[in-house]
Amino acid sequence: MNNTVLRNGLILGGFALVTTSIIALTFSFTAQRIEAAKERQLLTTLNQVVAPSMHDNELHTDCIEVQANELLGNKPQRVYRSRQGDTNTALIIETTAPNGYSGAIDLVVAIDLQNTVLAARVVNHKETPGLGDKIELRVSDWILSFSDVVYDEQRDDRWGVKKDGGQFDQFTGATITPRAVVEAIKNAAIYGQNNIQTLFALPANCKTDSSKIIAVASAKGMPSD
Amino acid sequence: MTNEYKELTLQGLWRNNPAIVQLLGLCPLLAVSGTVVNALGLGIATTLVLLGSNITVSLVRNIVPNEIRIPIFVMVIASFVTVIELLMHAFTFGLYQVLGIFIPLIVTNCAIIGRAEAYASKHSVKFAAYDGLMMGTGFTLILVLLGAIREILGLGTLFSGAELLLGNWASDLTIVVYQTDANFLLAILPPGAFLGLGFIIAAKNIIDQVIKDRTQVKDKKVVQRARVTGTDI
Repeated sequence: MNNTVLRNGLILGGFALVTTSIIALTFSFTAQRIEAAKERQLLTTLNQVVAPSMHDNELHTDCIEVQANELLGNKPQRVYRSRQGDTNTALIIETTAPNGYSGAIDLVVAIDLQNTVLAARVVNHKETPGLGDKIELRVSDWILSFSDVVYDEQRDDRWGVKKDGGQFDQFTGATITPRAVVEAIKNAAIYGQNNIQTLFALPANCKTDSSKIIAVASAKGMPSD
Repeated sequence: MTNEYKELTLQGLWRNNPAIVQLLGLCPLLAVSGTVVNALGLGIATTLVLLGSNITVSLVRNIVPNEIRIPIFVMVIASFVTVIELLMHAFTFGLYQVLGIFIPLIVTNCAIIGRAEAYASKHSVKFAAYDGLMMGTGFTLILVLLGAIREILGLGTLFSGAELLLGNWASDLTIVVYQTDANFLLAILPPGAFLGLGFIIAAKNIIDQVIKDRTQVKDKKVVQRARVTGTDI
């Protein structure tokens, strides 16, 4: 009886050892490739909002972590700095619209030193396919209406959907989603303007992995479940 | 021996299809079948896991004591899934992001441990491997069929996002079946998956019924003829 238990225990242990070492081997073999793929993905997204010609620094490593609950959503966000030589050219701010139709919408917003929103992209969302998902560039080019738009405090009322008297289109059948996105981009622009010197001056302090920008493709084709 | 292969093919693809007869692995089946490419990606991953786990389980079937076979099967399957997840993460990054949580969930696909327990642990390696391949193919076919139905109805396209699976050249593979501004939302949303699967199962049952009726008619005819010849003599 005792012998059987011992034997079974040893066999189980043996299997655990073999399977674990197979996984460990595969992991060490793929780790570098996975890291590289993540980095590529991050760079692709960053270069979508800030043209490669605007910077010559390593965008994905020149990044700081910030928290601004009012303006950027209730979680730590990242800000990437784009520089051309010694000249600062743009900030890429991660932000979250907490009030989407079905939960938070993650975005990246690029602003330059002249209060201009260069571009914005939705990184992650759970909006209804066919209605709210038109905020994705893959589905509709609506998000491009935020290319090169100046945010002017005096004309704050222009930053809204047309239904609210603003300048941005809403979608047929979905107003809540674009409203949330417009609001989030506006707040990111305000945050950037208010802190622009500090944001460029802080030393880079985040690792490239675990950035949510890497999740850029995760919204593609997925049902909202 | 060829009979055994034929039987396994028939079982895996039709009579005992994991998706529409055993109704196993419905979680990934329903969640990932929004487009053909997603469906194909998950189908291939599941097939690889099935193949690998069936072969391994069959190889070790004689040294694994009966009492601890289940934890060992689970370990084998879990490590295969993890390895495939890592490989997909490294080599098909885009697809990995789309399938996301559903790759680790292959572990919970009962079809896999079901085949390990019911077939692979009792048969030789080549049959076990073939069984895994056929069961996986059966699962993939249904997944792709459901994906195609939902993609055509919901998005009006086929093979959208093929570049995620096959590399950049494949972005031209996307077929636009029809263009519409108002998508048929129901098909893309989770209820569409349930309805679609229901229709596929119904269709299979109808086909089975037709085949059954036909063979019965044939049997009757044979019987009648036998009687006729009988009276002739």
